[in-house]
Parts: sequence; C-alpha cells; structure tokens
Amino acid sequence: MLSVTGSAGPPVTGSAVLSVAGLGKSFPGVRALDGVDFTARAGEVHALIGENGAGKSTLIKVLTGVYQPGEGEVTYDGSAVRFATPLAAQHAGISTIYQEVNLVPLMSVARNLFLGREPRGRLGLIDFRRMHREADEALRGLGVRVDVRRPLRELGVGAQQMVALARAVSVDARVVIMDEPTSSLEPREVATLFEVIRMLRGRGIAVIYVSHRLDELYEVCDTVTVLRDGKVVHTGPIAELDRLRLVSLMLGRDIGDVREEGLTKFSGRHDADSQAVLEATELTVRHQLDGVSLTIRAGEVVGLGGLLGSGRSETAKAIAGALPPDAGRVVVAGVPVRTGSTPAAIRAGVSLLPEDRKAEGIVPGLSVRENIALAALPGLSRFGLVDEARIDRVVDTFMKRLRIKASGPHQKVGELSGGNQQKVLLARWLAMNPKVLLLDEPTRGIDVGAKAEVQKLIDELAEDGLGVLLISSDMEELVEGSDRVVVLKDGAVVEELTGDAVTEDRLMRAIAATPAARATTAVPTAPGGDDD
Amino acid sequence: MTDLSLGGRTRPDRDRVLRLLQDYGVHLGVAVLLLVNIAFTPHFLSAENFRTQAVQVAPVLIVALGMALAIGSEGVDLSVGSVMALSTSLLSLYLGYGMWIALLVAVLGGIAVGVANGALIAYIGVQPIVATLALMVAGRGLALVLLPQLKDVRDPTMASLGSGDLLGIPYLVLIAVALALLVAFVVRRTTFGRQLLAIGDSRPAARLAGLPVRRVLILVYVCSGALAAIAGVLATARLTASDPTSLGNLMELSAITAVVVGGTPLSGGRVRIGGTVAGAVLIQLLTATLIKHDLPPSWTQIAQAVVIILAVYAARERGRR
Amino acid sequence: MTVDTESPVRPASTLTEDEPLGATRSERLSALAQQHGALVTLVIAVLAAWLSFDTFMTADNMQNMAVSSAFLAVVALGMTFVIITGGIDLSVGSLFALGGVLAAWGSQYGTAVALLLPLAVCGLIGLVNGLLIARSRLAPFIVTLAALLGARGILLAVTDEGSKTYLVDKDSFFATLGQGKLLGVGAPVWITVGLFVAGAVVLRRSRFGQYVYAVGGNEDAAALMGAPVARTKTAVYTLSGLCAGLAGALNAAWLASGVTILGSGMELEAISAVVIGGTLLSGGFGFLSGSLVGVLLLKVIQNVINQIGSLDSAYQQVVSGGFLAVVVVAQTWLGRRRRVL
Repeated sequence: MLSVTGSAGPPVTGSAVLSVAGLGKSFPGVRALDGVDFTARAGEVHALIGENGAGKSTLIKVLTGVYQPGEGEVTYDGSAVRFATPLAAQHAGISTIYQEVNLVPLMSVARNLFLGREPRGRLGLIDFRRMHREADEALRGLGVRVDVRRPLRELGVGAQQMVALARAVSVDARVVIMDEPTSSLEPREVATLFEVIRMLRGRGIAVIYVSHRLDELYEVCDTVTVLRDGKVVHTGPIAELDRLRLVSLMLGRDIGDVREEGLTKFSGRHDADSQAVLEATELTVRHQLDGVSLTIRAGEVVGLGGLLGSGRSETAKAIAGALPPDAGRVVVAGVPVRTGSTPAAIRAGVSLLPEDRKAEGIVPGLSVRENIALAALPGLSRFGLVDEARIDRVVDTFMKRLRIKASGPHQKVGELSGGNQQKVLLARWLAMNPKVLLLDEPTRGIDVGAKAEVQKLIDELAEDGLGVLLISSDMEELVEGSDRVVVLKDGAVVEELTGDAVTEDRLMRAIAATPAARATTAVPTAPGGDDD
Repeated sequence: MTDLSLGGRTRPDRDRVLRLLQDYGVHLGVAVLLLVNIAFTPHFLSAENFRTQAVQVAPVLIVALGMALAIGSEGVDLSVGSVMALSTSLLSLYLGYGMWIALLVAVLGGIAVGVANGALIAYIGVQPIVATLALMVAGRGLALVLLPQLKDVRDPTMASLGSGDLLGIPYLVLIAVALALLVAFVVRRTTFGRQLLAIGDSRPAARLAGLPVRRVLILVYVCSGALAAIAGVLATARLTASDPTSLGNLMELSAITAVVVGGTPLSGGRVRIGGTVAGAVLIQLLTATLIKHDLPPSWTQIAQAVVIILAVYAARERGRR
Repeated sequence: MTVDTESPVRPASTLTEDEPLGATRSERLSALAQQHGALVTLVIAVLAAWLSFDTFMTADNMQNMAVSSAFLAVVALGMTFVIITGGIDLSVGSLFALGGVLAAWGSQYGTAVALLLPLAVCGLIGLVNGLLIARSRLAPFIVTLAALLGARGILLAVTDEGSKTYLVDKDSFFATLGQGKLLGVGAPVWITVGLFVAGAVVLRRSRFGQYVYAVGGNEDAAALMGAPVARTKTAVYTLSGLCAGLAGALNAAWLASGVTILGSGMELEAISAVVIGGTLLSGGFGFLSGSLVGVLLLKVIQNVINQIGSLDSAYQQVVSGGFLAVVVVAQTWLGRRRRVL
C-alpha cells in the first residue's frame, strides 16, 4: 500500500503521538538516560540536541526499539508500547532516516521504495510498470524527479535521503526520526529537504530532528529538547530560546556565571616558543572541512572548539594523515609532510589520539605492553627481532610515569578502564617522541580521577615542549587547558580566541553566532514555520 | 547511531569454562583420543605406529602453520592445496638441475603465488576468500599444465628426505617441528608477528598507529605460500612421486580445521601455534582411530566435517561475547 | 493504492537529477563492460574458434558442448542466487557427485525415486548449510567447505567406499531425461533452458528475488525494511543444494551411471562462471543470463583447448582462474571508486 497521506484519518495537530515519561537507561558504568520526559506531537518538528554522551542516541534507540527502556515507559498513540525490534517500531509507524542512508544501494530506486510490498499482478509476479509509475509519483510528491529505474547509488546523497523519506512516508509513518540528515548534503539539497520536512509537518507527521547545525534548527524546527548528561535540561518552543542560551544549555555552562577557577587540573598558561611546530594550511575535505588553517607552537596547547559535527575530529584526522584532504598543506617543524599518509605523519612527529578509542585506538586483544610498543616497534627492534628488554624498559617507564593501572603489563587492554586505555594510547605515542600530539576528546568517558590525571599529563607534556591540539566537548576543560582556542563551525574556522579572550563566554558566543553576524551576539532567526 | 550492539550479559563461570574449553579443548581431545587408542586399539603403542602417524601429519601441520598466520590476520588462504600441487610439478621439472635448485624453484613458486594473493588482498582490496580462490583455480591448472600426469621421482636424496630419519625421528617430522618452532618464534618475537596480530585484531587501530598494513599482509600470504610449497616438496619426497592431480586436494580444509580446532579464532588477532599443532594431531588421530577400528574412509570425512562445524560453532560463542 | 498527488503542500523546488551525480563516462563504460563483457568475449571466442577449427562449428560438437554445459549451468543457477546474497557455496561439486550416485541407485526403483532421492538428500544438506549460515551465523565458506567433505563422505558410504558404480537402465524413462532429444537438441539442454527461464522469473519478478538482492546489497538495511533475511539466506543455500543434486541426477541419466569421481573442482567452475557472467562476488548484483554466458564461455574455451589437441585440459583451469582474478580485480576497482563518491 502506497499512501502518502496516511490512513489514520486527519491528524489532530498538536496531539502527542509518541512520548516517554521518566525514562531511564543504564549501561555498565554509565547512566545514559535519567528520568527523561519527551513528547513528539503531530504536525511538529521537534529538535533533539545535545553534545556527545548527552543521551540522544540512547533515547532514539529506545524510541525505535533498538534498546528496551530501563525504567519509565514509552507511549505511542495513547497506549503504552514496547517495541521488541526496530522492525516492530517501523511497522507501528515510526521510521528512522539514518545519517548513512539505510537502503540497498545496488537496487533501483523503485525497488528500494517498494521492497517487501511490491505491487503484484498475475501469478504473484511483480508489476513493474505499476511499481515504477507509483514510485515516480511518490517521489514527485516530495519534489524529487529521478529515473526510478536507476540504481539508488547513482543518486546524490540528498536524493537518496528523499527516497528513504518517501519510503518512510509510504509505509504510513506517523513519526519520522532524522539523524543528522544534512551532514553530507549540498545546499540546494538541504533546501529541498526542508521543504519536504515542512510538508510532512503539514500532513500531521511528527518529525524528530537531530542536528548540530544551529542555523538549520532555527530554520525548520518548532520545538527543541536539549539533553545533557542523560537528563532533559530544557524543552519548549525554539523561537523562545536564543542561540546563545541554546548553546549554553547544551554545553552546560551559563553565560556570565562567576566561574570557580581550578576545577580542572590544568595549570593555566604555558610559555610557548615563537617557533611553530605545526602549520596546517587550508585543509579542505568535501562536505567536511572548508579551508581550515591553524598553527601550533612548541610548548603550547591549542584548543579546537565547536559543536559536534563542526569538523573538529576531521581536522585532527586530516593533520594526522588519516583523512586524505582534497587540498591543503601540513608542515611540521618547517618540513612539509605528505598528506593522507598516517606513516608519513607519524614519521614527521605527529601523533593522534582518536576520538573513538575502542574502535580506532586500542588493539583490545593485545596486552598493555604490546599496545604501548605497537607504533614504536620498528625502533625497538633489531633486524626485525623485537628487543624485549628495551620494550620492558619503555613500558615500565611509561606505565609508571602515566600511572597506568593494570594487573601487569600483560593484561589485555580491552579489560582496562577507559582512563587507563587512554593512558596506554598516550604512552604509545609518547614512546615515539612526537613533536605534536593531537588529542581528540582525551577525557571523554573516563572517571573523574583519571580525568584529572590525564589533564595534568597534558599540561606536563606541553611544558616539556610538545605542541598539543586539544579537542574537547567539555568547555571548562577546553578553556582552562588551552592557551588559544580555534573555533570551528560547519567545517570552517570562525574565530580564534587568544589570551584573555579564552573564556567560556567568548567561546559560546563564537559558536552561537549567526553566519551573517559572527561577531555580534546572536539574535535567533525566524523559525521556519511561516509557509503554511 | 550505527552501534546497535546491545551489550551482552555475562555469566562468568560459564564463560570461564567455555574459554578454557576453547583454549585447551584441543589438547584434551588429543589426550582422550590417545588414551582411548591405547586402551582399545591393538598395536597402537608402538614406535612404528607413532612414526607413521607423525609422518602423515607433518605436511598438514606445515600447511596449517601458514594458514594460522593468514587466519590471524583476519584472512584465509584457500590456495594452499594448489600451491602444493604447483610445487610438486616444479620440483619434478627442475630435478634435472639438481635437488637444491629444484627445491628452491618449488618454494619460489609458492612465494610467487603468495605475492599474487597478498597483492590482490592488500593493494586491490579483494576479500581474501575470493583472491585465494582465484589462485586456487589457476594454481592447480598451472601445476597440471607444467606436469600433466603423475611422474615418479627417482632422486635418492629426495627419497631419503622422505623416508630417512635422524636418531629414529623421521626427517619429515623434524622439519615440521622445526618449522612450527620457527613460526611460533616469528609470531612471538618479531616485529612482523606483533604487527600481524594487531592488524588482525583491529585494522583501523593498526592503520592509525601507522603500521605498514600492506607490507605485513603480503608477507603473511608469502609465508603461507612458502610453507605450502615446502609441504608439497615433503609430500612428494614421501610418496617418491609427483602427482599434481591429487596432491593437496582438500588440504585447505584440513589446514583450516587444524587451525580452528586449535583455538585460533576466524576473526583474527590471535595465532595459536601450539593449538594448531595439537589440532593437526587431533585430526590425524581421529582418522587413524576410525581406520584402525575398520571404519571406512567415508566415516572419517563425515567426522572431520562435524568436528570443523563444532569448532567454528564454539569459536562463534566467543566472538559474540 | 491511492497516491495523493494533489497534496495541498508541494515543494516549490524540485531535486532533478538527469545526470547521475557520480557516474563518469569511464565508470559507465566499465559498468557496461561488467554487464556485457562476458557476452562479447563469448562471441569473439566462438568466432575465433569457428575460423580456426573446421571441427568446431559442427552439429556434433555443438551438441556435445551444449549438453556438457547444461549440467554446470544448472549448478551455476543455484550458485548465482547464493552469490547475489553475498555468500558462497563450496559444497556443490560434492553434492553434484552425490546426486548422480543417488539418482543412479534410485533409478532401479523408477524415475520418480531417481529424481526425488537426490533432490531430497542434496536439498537437505543445502538446508543444513543455510541454517548454519543464516541462524548460527557461521562463515559460509567454512560451512560449505565442511559440507563438501561431509557429502563426499556420504557418497563414499553409499558406494561401498567408491568401489561400486550404479548403472542406469538405458531403456528407462529416466535415461531419456539425459539422453533423449527433442528437435535435435538433447533433453538436458531443454531442461536447463526451462530452469533458467523459471529462475530468471523468480529472481527478477518475484518478491523472493527482491529479497535476494536486498540481503546481498545491504543486509542491515534489508532487515530494517522488513526483509526476512535469515529465511532468504536459508532458501538460497537450499536452492543451491537442490540445483546441484538435480544437475548430478541429469548427468547420471546422461552417462547412464552414477560416476563417483565426478564433481571435484566443480564448485570453482561454477563460481568462476557466475562471476565471469557479471555477478558481484560481494553480493547485491547479478543476473542469470550472465551466469549462462559464463558457463558457455568456459566450455568454449575448454572445447578449443581440446581442439588444439596438444594442449592439456589443465589450461582451462589456468584460463578460468586468470579470468576470475581479472574479473574480481575489475569488480573491486569499480566498487571502490563508487564507494568514494
């Protein structure tokens, strides 16, 4: 059945379609959601925002049946529900459009749209003429004109997302959840997407919109819910919330607060050389970075500020050779480095502590010792044979210096706590005697004690003359730990804070600034709701 | 929002027992089979019998050593049987130039296949199963093109390599043991070994740590090819004949079984050489037990099929955790 | 089936994509090469063989080639389904041999037994493969490799360790299925053509066919879209077992005996044919006509090698292995370039 209007009769705008009350969810060692109340109403575009670890993903997974709620309940269409699987949620009318389009790229647009509910004719065979016609009509209804016989992957990401949307709508979705839908769209595709979102709203569908692009939120959303540390810190009409306030809610810092100094273990300022140890110029990666330039001097901690998705991690990866840039140069201590090659960057003295520690950092099955020695191995070997004694010395030195807590050097790294895993990674790079350390969220997901230790270590390393790039969603950490902060937004540098300007206020203002008037305090733009 | 893992429940006791079984079950199996045979099989406990068993297991073990490296790097090498055939063909062809030259050529043939496998996998990004499958087809064909039918090998040195012994221990067994020790040493003590395990365990982390992933992968398949070629040479010496049609048939399966039964997970990151040796011995003992009790070869094949499925199934349990 | 095209709100702007965003001309050419390369090569090979050998384009030779292609083609039919789901079935060679032996043994009890027995046994082994792969999530190559061994064991067990060859009565109806002719063309050829037509209809026009493509193209997405992933996978391995068993039975009818030594290496031939025919080994894309062309291409090459006489048939393996490597490299390159876009 392909019915774009939905079969549940005319929707009552404003009535709650999907809601949770008192929702709690815990994972070993983490309280991901705590007493969350959230309501998505028919005909409403509801922004769901929060920094990493705020609990957005967990909330959406509960709503879509990936996780079961720990406490509290989910109410859908007036009655309590429990979705056992994502499929069950989808059958009930809750569709999710993921960042990575969840369709089959090699199949045609029409086949994707109709998989599992193809119109069939005689002998139960698929009636392709009807299928193509109806697919074409459904897409035209969303303002997309493509040849529905073409394989999906030949379409642009925007058009692919439209197909996913069309599929969601045609399965009578009453709630559509979009997870960062615009992260790889061209501007004109974004414009079309927004029109479609408004159209969905017009049809009484509840849209839950997850994004970090403030401009977009103000353009299409009606309501906003801000999560932080697993709790709802704000919910209400987005028009009543100015940008600065929104950013401060997300980051958990109040404007004009008298801040207690010294909550972090950072000492403060360092005496940086005048010598630049790292110069990155005009790094550009399609859809991700737009001409990012930054300089780090020896003995200096440079913070990289910005919201999630602003290009912080991408900048670090591009410098470290893990993300090949389309354009741009990286110079380390005056010597140009070949971009797009991790070994080249490492040889030049650039080391990256990746954000995704578990997937990209540690080698979980190997011991603490092997993990520490991993990158430095060629230097700790003679004729291809590992010099065990030297490794023991290096490992011993760093385990002591970084105070790595493990049952011994032979414990598997996968069994350690997050903080100690992070220290093992730090040790891996320090064993290489790097010139530049790129630290992407070095203290995320580790306990308070370990956090303080890691912060102190970063300080010490800078004092020892390393150039450090610090990425952190923790405003306090970023401001207190950095000598300078480069602020990114949508993949471009918007401001650089130095000296006394390195404050949380200034940082939040830079993040919240509208594209047109970056320097001035932001005024919320008109929310996108004036077309119907 | 791509991480859909649900976080497993943990039952420590059951876990520990399972892990112990996976790690040491193969040794237990070998011990049980030995005891059963000692008790119920006539003439089992003779030097002659042990000698026969050991000589038979040697080529399988050597191939399995290379396979363990491939599996440890999260790959697999299906071309090993064909490499054995290729090496026996090359050996026959070049025996006229002297045994050592022939040996060298045979091993070089295996290395060439390994380079081809490794290049397809590391540089072009072909899945290991597919790449080695192509060389499995082509390798056997090439072996048969070089030597269309069975040919006797009448070289006294080769013959003594196949049936001679040192202090009562057959050369074949000595070579297999030496190679097992060498591979174990490589895995434990060399840079290559460490890098191989890291690549098999977490390729993204290995890449970000700047490891030479491509070079290591090529070397893995070169080792596998070279070891298979050596196994082909030794099998030829034992049979005193080159038979490219049947030599090494289904060897990939026996080798994979030995490795998997020995506790090396198919998901990579771990290489258990001791387990692999025990795995090869286990399969040999199983076959021998069935044969000695007058059960036909058909039973052996069915039994081996069941054992391999069980081993993979058990390893799957661990992978889930 | 109402489509509300009169929707009150309709986007003012439209997203029109007449030109594929990423597809460059060279990429389209290579995609074209992948889809029709095998056919072009086949035509060239046939023409070259025709011009070079007087004995090639004779009725006898054609008939021979067609019939010997038929058995491999039926195996490749099932294999195509498996590979499109992103799997692989290494057990078909053993199942082919087992099917032949069972059919020959069963033929003494009539045609029905001769056909149903191999189908039942091989289908059952295929089903077990499918369940282990789909439900227990074991790697297809290792499960089917074990099945290869197990099926061979069963074959030995029913033939007195391979020493016994069952014969098919040449006058029985079952033998006609292998040896009979209709309009001058062998019965196995007709059966194969019929199966391919039916298979193509199932693959292209049935809902099950859509699921096969979806599972191979993106398993997670297929599951989220409600495709019965495990059932689809189980079905394709069962189908592959059935096809291999049937091919073995037809082959036994043709040879009038259940030869025990057949089928080794057939899995590789079948995989080569399917992949040469344009089906992606990584799954999600493929077509049966390509597999048929792949089989014919392999058989023509084999025939040419036999015609040359001085060449051993082993060259065929070298050629098909080489082909396989080239095709796979091309596929991977194509796939990688697309992923970047």
